[in-house]
Amino acid sequence: MAKRDDNPRKPTGRPAGVGSRKTPTRRGPVGAPRAHASRLGMGHGRRGKIMITGAAGALAQHVIADLTERDFEVVGVEFRGVQDEYPDTVDYVVDFNQRPFEDVFREHDFVGIAHLGRVRFTQSTRGRRYSANVVGTSRLLRLARKYGVEKVLALSTFHVYGADARNPSLIDEEYPMRAANLMPEIVDAVELENLFNIHLYKHPELNIVVLRPCNIAGPGIKNEISRMLAQPVAPCLFGFSPLMQFIDVADMSAAVVAAFEQNHPGVYNVAPDDYVTYQDALQLAGCRRLFLPSVPPVLARRAVRALGRWAPPEYLIDFFKYSVIIDGSLFSRTYNFTPQYSLSELFAHYRALK
Amino acid sequence: MRIRQFLKPRTVSREVESIVDRLPMGNIGSLGYDPWGLNPDTAKITFMAVRWLYENYFRVVAHGLDNIAAGGRLLIVGNHSGQLPMDGVLVSFAVANKGEGARLPRSMIERWFPSIPFLGNWMSSVGGVIGDPKNCAKMLDREEAIVVFPEGVRGSGKPYRLRYQLQRFGHGFMHLAMEHNTPIVPLGVVGCEETMPSLANIRPLARMLGMPYFPVSPLVPLPARVVLNFGRPMLFPNDLANERDVKWRVEEVKDAIRDLIDIGIAQRKSVF
Repeated sequence: MAKRDDNPRKPTGRPAGVGSRKTPTRRGPVGAPRAHASRLGMGHGRRGKIMITGAAGALAQHVIADLTERDFEVVGVEFRGVQDEYPDTVDYVVDFNQRPFEDVFREHDFVGIAHLGRVRFTQSTRGRRYSANVVGTSRLLRLARKYGVEKVLALSTFHVYGADARNPSLIDEEYPMRAANLMPEIVDAVELENLFNIHLYKHPELNIVVLRPCNIAGPGIKNEISRMLAQPVAPCLFGFSPLMQFIDVADMSAAVVAAFEQNHPGVYNVAPDDYVTYQDALQLAGCRRLFLPSVPPVLARRAVRALGRWAPPEYLIDFFKYSVIIDGSLFSRTYNFTPQYSLSELFAHYRALK
Repeated sequence: MRIRQFLKPRTVSREVESIVDRLPMGNIGSLGYDPWGLNPDTAKITFMAVRWLYENYFRVVAHGLDNIAAGGRLLIVGNHSGQLPMDGVLVSFAVANKGEGARLPRSMIERWFPSIPFLGNWMSSVGGVIGDPKNCAKMLDREEAIVVFPEGVRGSGKPYRLRYQLQRFGHGFMHLAMEHNTPIVPLGVVGCEETMPSLANIRPLARMLGMPYFPVSPLVPLPARVVLNFGRPMLFPNDLANERDVKWRVEEVKDAIRDLIDIGIAQRKSVF
């Protein structure tokens, strides 16, 4: 098994820049020491330049480091505008729907785009979320075509399948995205996928790959499930302990890089062939369980609302009730991908935090 | 997990431990779960309780267990009855406890079970799987044996006056058997009708609770004798063009099950 580096492989040595939305602010190349970078300038990567959206996120930081290691040059773009200060992996802070975004394409000759950023439900209002996630991505794809980008990778989520008692196990890529019907709050994630699916067939020159990972967890990740695992006390619904899948952020980064290095366009689930129930995961991560009433469902929703940030958002509550197990075998076979971190190592990280 | 760790050393005998450990479970992951939620430790604890029920409470007699192959994909198709999925549990136990060539067949359970607190988790952890054709197809691809009750809630929730009358069979199992080149072992279950005889179904209450039926029946299963009869495997080639022909093949399986039920009723000396 791979040895975990507790300090995520983030490029360091530069102060974090102050974000200013709508204004492209060019910074130095990512991942290179300052003096070296200024000597080489942009475009020193031999294998071409890649745009990473959502560059402030923990997964993006891993991906940037991994791609830089493989001789790609990376330009980090952040569009979410959710914070005042950004890590030095962010080269531009810009709204996809504004004109200055096209300047980023004009300045760089991108060979690929890894679209990793998505405004989550808790980060914005419904209208702004739709505008950033769906309309903004549509513009991103239009610009990708206009400037001859050869490869586009989109990070989706297994949430698009929706959580329901009737879900089969090992859901494959052809299964309907039922979240649109079950959870209107994440309809933008489904629309985002539809957008990529249309482009996948209409514009094959973009070589689109859509990845639907299971729960991503590990150092730096701040999604809902990671928050639960990191808390000393985590809520769970009385009488429910759904089966879950987890992938380490470093393994997910390896999956993104593999999808860039080999060209097999399509939609893929990304998940290890290993499973654990939610309550077992909490105990392995050293959490104490706080049991919430589960019946009737309205009581469960009230309890979750009352706990605020200590509980998952109300719209995701069914993911903590019913199993949503995806079949990652197509991606594993196509890209010869095997996760390096075991579930035990992943939970050991959270246990060590307590 | 903690409850399991507490109960296992206190309840599971060495004999049961070795029986379950010998069962082929090729899909179990590093933390003891397979993709459908089966957990061998929970299965062992449950095995102890079911063994007592099987041997002492329901005094089950199983015939024709030799018709269950030791390996490879298999559909065990039987009649459903008794309000609770007790028949599935007893059939799975009979095959898992048969000695030479034992395996753990997975029972297809109603789609609403996972929405019941505790019951859904427990059923998954002892081998129950939601009755969805996609689940079934994936399991057959992984060479599992599956117990299917094509009557579904029509069979389990029927009133006592309709006992041993086969209700409408879904055709899904036949399509799966043909598409995945899987033998069907017909199964006649006798006795489960008497474990929980239902006089009526209170539909408004069932609707209110989101259940398919709410029977007027004993609160706990009665100790009726159960007889299981496994028939000879039936193999159907995937060569049909229309649904009418599929229906004829389903009727063929139903006839085989009816015969096995009749044999079971004749074999049973008394109901209790």
